[in-house]
Amino acid sequence: MKKELIEKTVRITLAGVPNVGKSTVFNSLTGMKQHTGNWTGKTVECAEGSFIFKGVEFTACDIPGTYSLYPHSDEERKARDFIINNKNDLTVIVCDGACPERSLTLALQILEVTRYAVIFFNLADEGKKNGVVVDTEKMNQLLGVPVIYGTAKKKKDISALKELIFQVACGERSIPVEKVFVTPYPFEIESVLTKLEDTGMQERYSVAAEIYENPTEYGLDAEKTRDSMATAFVMACDGICSAAVRRQSRNRIKRDIILDQVFAGRFTAFPVMSLLIVFIFWLTVRGANYPSDMLWNLFVLLGDRLKDVLLFLGCPDVLCSFLTDGVYRVSTWIVSVMLPPMAIFFPMFTFLEDLGYLPRVAFCLDRCFKKCGGCGKQALCMCMGLGCNAVGVTGCRIIDSKRERLIAILTNSMIPCNGRFPAILTLAAIFFASGGVSGSTGGITSAVFLFFVLVFSVSVTLFASRFLSLTFLKGTPSSFSLELPPFRLPRVGETLVRSVLDRTVFVLGRAVTAAIPAGALIWILANVNAGGASLLHHISTFFDPLGKLMGFDGMMLCAFILGFPANETVLPIAIMGYLSGGVLPEADSLDFVSRVLAENGWTMTTALCTIVFSLFHWPCATTLMTVKKETGSTFWTFFSAVYPTLFGIILCILINYISKGIGFLF
Amino acid sequence: MMNKYLNSMISTPLGREACLETLEHVGAGNSAIVKSVIAKGPMRRRLFDLGFVEGAKVDCIMKSPLGDPTAYFIRGTLVALRREDSANILVIK
Repeated sequence: MKKELIEKTVRITLAGVPNVGKSTVFNSLTGMKQHTGNWTGKTVECAEGSFIFKGVEFTACDIPGTYSLYPHSDEERKARDFIINNKNDLTVIVCDGACPERSLTLALQILEVTRYAVIFFNLADEGKKNGVVVDTEKMNQLLGVPVIYGTAKKKKDISALKELIFQVACGERSIPVEKVFVTPYPFEIESVLTKLEDTGMQERYSVAAEIYENPTEYGLDAEKTRDSMATAFVMACDGICSAAVRRQSRNRIKRDIILDQVFAGRFTAFPVMSLLIVFIFWLTVRGANYPSDMLWNLFVLLGDRLKDVLLFLGCPDVLCSFLTDGVYRVSTWIVSVMLPPMAIFFPMFTFLEDLGYLPRVAFCLDRCFKKCGGCGKQALCMCMGLGCNAVGVTGCRIIDSKRERLIAILTNSMIPCNGRFPAILTLAAIFFASGGVSGSTGGITSAVFLFFVLVFSVSVTLFASRFLSLTFLKGTPSSFSLELPPFRLPRVGETLVRSVLDRTVFVLGRAVTAAIPAGALIWILANVNAGGASLLHHISTFFDPLGKLMGFDGMMLCAFILGFPANETVLPIAIMGYLSGGVLPEADSLDFVSRVLAENGWTMTTALCTIVFSLFHWPCATTLMTVKKETGSTFWTFFSAVYPTLFGIILCILINYISKGIGFLF
Repeated sequence: MMNKYLNSMISTPLGREACLETLEHVGAGNSAIVKSVIAKGPMRRRLFDLGFVEGAKVDCIMKSPLGDPTAYFIRGTLVALRREDSANILVIK
């Protein structure tokens, strides 16, 4: 038996209800750093990884959490297919050791499908704190499959799991079919089942599925049958848990009760939320300033060296300029502007995720999203969009209903991402705040300003969602249920490292795919002359009428268009254009920018309109590609570009004329 | 049809004091036992999966600051349901 194994790879599937730490088990088994977070619906794709144990290779597949094998959404359907799939040798069912009832129902449904399973009751540490203990011997006896009770974070529990997987896979530990628990259905259904099995139909689960689909064909009442088949698992689960789980109290723990009263209480929820947002903005802005400057200075230094090297190698001037001033400078600008804020924002966001706070946000905001045709989970996608719109769009998978998911995807880019903060803050600092953005009070002012910008863009997003749900994406609110997991202490060190690494890789990847071509294009447009002026100049003149209508000018609009690959480049391109130079300016001090803008006729209105358009315009290239991937539809991708832009254009024109009107009156 | 059930007295082992109501009417801090689920469609199945079966104990924990949804504690899990869904679950207080 063992020899066979060494030649082939054993495929295991990790299954379980949402939010049991399945992904932690997966990470611990395979050593891969997959993104986990403490709210249900986090694993949005089937992830694969492998590990070798005692000379045998195992491939593990982590599937999205599902409440039952009777699928409600595409993800649950996918999960079910994975488990039933023949290529799957063994299923590891991850259950909640702190609350076994919640997760055992699915385990029983899985046992109906396959007996090659190992049950891992995770979160044992949490269970012990709550006074819940799983009796593994009893469980094993009742269920007939191997059972482990432990914590995915502990090495020894994972080793024990690996050992058990190995033993079952190579046959050392047998799972006799007569010992495995069979969930009993009511008598009428059982008799039909037995009859069908006797006639040689396939296994129990497919027969049961057949009865579930067509109960009337077998002389059974449709609703009663389906109900009792569904509840059979719940009843059996209760029975097993009352025998094999010892619990001290059935109540929630005090700490969770108090925290929920703070995070979701009637009078405290929104103030706490606002304070948290302001704090995160403050930390992001303040914390990113210094590293951004440092990185930029470093890159400038390296850039000079690069120029020297190229010239030394005999590179022609034009090409050298193209490479250093164009490609290199734009890419490094993006990295130095983008990386520090993201490296701060995302760890903090992950921290809140791991804590379990984010479902509370969805809980608090669901009502206003429902009124706009969406659901509370859209708020979470918007939170992710604050960091990066592409991540926000991917995150929309947590929304079950296709219609609501599409609404969330199409409006996600109306939330300013980290890449837009610097431009917004710079303009705000120059034209609206007298204090400037550096200094401690400046930091708070910026954070509060960003907060109000966010409130504005959330309001417009709600309006835009509502409009969509009344016109293009008509439909009724979907069935909505949200699980509020217990609060878990985030592991600070691990979170920080993982998050920073993830973000760094992402930004660097983006620098390669988006920034480099962008830099090349910008350099070409700015330095290739035709008819006495650069191409950039010609294009900006072309856009001048529309730009002026919207309250700024052609150059700025041109900058927005050229900033399509990455939003961070928008303001720098505009500055570069104004300077009629072919190069992104080195000095990016506030005074310098302020002077350049003033020289080009910028007023408060211009800044305001620019900020508004920065909020509502087409998504960046990465986001657009993500939208295509998520929706699979070219039409909706196109729509996701046009829709926010329309809002931007209309709002800018309105603000421009209202503002000019007010200025006229005074 | 719903009115037939609302506020009707039924006899229970505790005597004729228990009241059959919808979960929607169970206020924060109160508990109830599930009698049956009226919801149809996918929500019905989802409610069963979450544990809303006959005899299950539900505690109403809190309402969202905006009024909806409401968080219920059932089988050791905290679940948030919207009003239109909790109105489709019959409980005994």
